[in-house]
Amino acid sequence: MKNFITKHFYGDYGEIEEGGVSNKNEQNIAWPLWEVFIRSKQGLDHKHVGSLHAADAQMAIENARDVYTRRLEGVSIWVVESKNITASNPEEAGELFEPAENKIYRHPTFYKLPKEVDHM
Amino acid sequence: MELKKLEEIFQYKIDNEIKIEPKDWMPEAYRKTNIRQISQHAHSEVVGMLPEGNWITRAPSLKRKAILLAKIQDEAGHGLYLYSAAETLGISRDEMIDQLHSGKAKYSSIFNYPTLTWADMGAIGWLVDGAAIVNQVMLTRTSYAPYSRGMVRICKEESFHQRQGFDILYVLSKGTKEQQAMCQDAINRWWWPSLMMFGPTDSESANTEQSMKWKIKRKTNDELRQQFVDMIAEQVKVLGMTLPDPDLKWNEKTSSYDFGAINWDEFWNVVKGNGPCNKQRLNARRKAHENGAWVREAALAHARKQKEKNKAA
Ligand SMILES: [Fe+2]
Ligand SMILES: [Fe+2]
Repeated sequence: MKNFITKHFYGDYGEIEEGGVSNKNEQNIAWPLWEVFIRSKQGLDHKHVGSLHAADAQMAIENARDVYTRRLEGVSIWVVESKNITASNPEEAGELFEPAENKIYRHPTFYKLPKEVDHM
Repeated sequence: MELKKLEEIFQYKIDNEIKIEPKDWMPEAYRKTNIRQISQHAHSEVVGMLPEGNWITRAPSLKRKAILLAKIQDEAGHGLYLYSAAETLGISRDEMIDQLHSGKAKYSSIFNYPTLTWADMGAIGWLVDGAAIVNQVMLTRTSYAPYSRGMVRICKEESFHQRQGFDILYVLSKGTKEQQAMCQDAINRWWWPSLMMFGPTDSESANTEQSMKWKIKRKTNDELRQQFVDMIAEQVKVLGMTLPDPDLKWNEKTSSYDFGAINWDEFWNVVKGNGPCNKQRLNARRKAHENGAWVREAALAHARKQKEKNKAA
């Protein structure tokens, strides 16, 4: 069977932009990239809002507060270093999602019921 | 997959309003055009903080200081959204900053004009942010998804910028004779450069045609400029002020305003680096970056130490 999930960095930077503290080049003082997820209000999921650079997780949260929640857009923030995100490959999306496509009986509208109970 | 097939899939998506995500295949020229446009947009947000930053300490009241500070902080945020969007195309933040500092990348020429009086803060908010909004509302529908998402976020914040600018001018327009004169003077100086923000006229614009085909842009420079003129020509009446253009006239036939010829020599001259503040702006950016180098290094060193500590524990 084919391995559908391959490791990709968000945005597909390749190896140079893997970020992180273990940067080979000492001259390069770029901070790693982080993905930011925000819960806009209590009871809702965290949602991806964008990314930013920060030296560490604490700074990433503080920067995310300043960059993404200046107008009370959030009550909780998650940050994760971009290099740790595993994403599916868009070129394989067809095969990956195909099994869901032909199972239309998973949808309520598949069943034609008598009028009396059709609101079910 | 062969190139021709990939190109077909790409064009199919564009034609059917399916957005392009970072990892989707895209033509090299599409990637490059987006990198150029998004990074220059980001640079404009960042350099755009300088002319307004000039007035934070001199804003006439605590309320105006707080508002101006919040507005400028928004612009910093806009720069960051856009840099991240450009980074998804494979260019690093450092490279973009280098391109700005070396003069290889451009930013909007409007920010090479000086801010001489407090009324300039009003004129910038109303006219410069106003022009930016016209452009940015169109760009919420741009075909590259991260750019479009950034634009949606930015547009939500921009309307406050334009309103606070108009508010500044409105108060001045109801003030003393001197304040009214200051208001009119700021409008006079910012009007034409604002019109130039939309870029060269369609027949001279090298990038418009391909950008339209790829739906990076949805309207031409001239269409956007006309939209802006029609909006401002009405709003200026509320201020009881005038726009410095004797040829500005309502045209029944086209249902829009005719306006005078733009001085394109001035435009190209400022683009080429000879505007009143080009050197000052770039120097300020370079200095800020160089002076901040030790902070960036120290933060990384601290993070490294913390990580080792945590490992040892
Ligand atoms: Fe902005
Ligand atoms: Fe703005």
